[in-house]
Amino acid sequence: MKARVLIHPKEGILDPQGQAVERALPALGFEGVENVRIGRLVELDVPDTSRLHEMCERLLANPLIEDYEVQVIEQ
Amino acid sequence: MRFGVVRFPGSCDEVDALMACRRFADAEILWHGDRDLGGVDAVVIPGGFSYGDYLRVGAIARFSPVMDAVSEHALAGGPVLGICNGFQVLCEAGLLPGALLPNAGLRFLCRQVDVEVVNSGTPFTRACATGDTLSIPVKHTTGRYYAPEEALREMEAHGQIILRYAEGRNPNGSVADIAGVANRSKNVMGLMPHPEHAVDSLTGSEDGGCLFRSLIDHVEEKNIERGHHPPSQPDDIKGGHRPPLQPPAARPAEARA
Repeated sequence: MKARVLIHPKEGILDPQGQAVERALPALGFEGVENVRIGRLVELDVPDTSRLHEMCERLLANPLIEDYEVQVIEQ
Repeated sequence: MRFGVVRFPGSCDEVDALMACRRFADAEILWHGDRDLGGVDAVVIPGGFSYGDYLRVGAIARFSPVMDAVSEHALAGGPVLGICNGFQVLCEAGLLPGALLPNAGLRFLCRQVDVEVVNSGTPFTRACATGDTLSIPVKHTTGRYYAPEEALREMEAHGQIILRYAEGRNPNGSVADIAGVANRSKNVMGLMPHPEHAVDSLTGSEDGGCLFRSLIDHVEEKNIERGHHPPSQPDDIKGGHRPPLQPPAARPAEARA
């Protein structure tokens, strides 16, 4: 099974990368873009999806500073 | 008194840390694949880019075999000092509260900073006085200390905030100007500044030496309490490292271990 984990900084945590990109966009004429947050995408093939959350909690994300979202792409 | 300095793939400050320790006591390199600490009294986790900083800084290093031994040592009350990447590893390993985030300014910082000793009642700072200002360099991209508010209040209440950047001189956006913290029992400490780069006036400051001297005082006092006397005689016999000023190049076999 193919899964995707999206990891991004927790709300309220300063994301200077997101801010830098947000400041760069108007320079190319993309006005009005707000709340740019930059995270990571982890793609993985797993034998079953039951332990994905545990993987996220213990390694793929640091729950203190990051939120994550698990997407199962192919069953 | 013997320090063990852990070398991970991607560590880069372990030789400076080893040399700094050897100015004051005996020290050796511990390889990340080692499953025991060879009887060292204190562990130093040095700076660098362990495992290429893959995934998140410090995230992979904590699964090294040696980290099990370091955790056991810490849980038994043994002192562990994490410097820069070592601080990040100890946070990821759950031995210290909080986490390190990319610098608020996104730049790699490499400069001398003033840090204030907030709590001198720890094994790492007992040779300093509370309120002392230490001049120590920082060099990092991911040094913005973060802990949730509630955790910060608890840390404050238990004296776990050990070092702060001098007022108005916080280089990386760390919450509450925090430069170094300890666990509740104060035997594990992490800091972003590099005391091992500040032990010789040749490089601008000797203030970092206070952390190493503190640890030695602590360990020797504990040894005396336990009835073990400092091994001054055996040290002298095997050539001694006190005061040691030999570069590690003179001990290549051990440095490669």
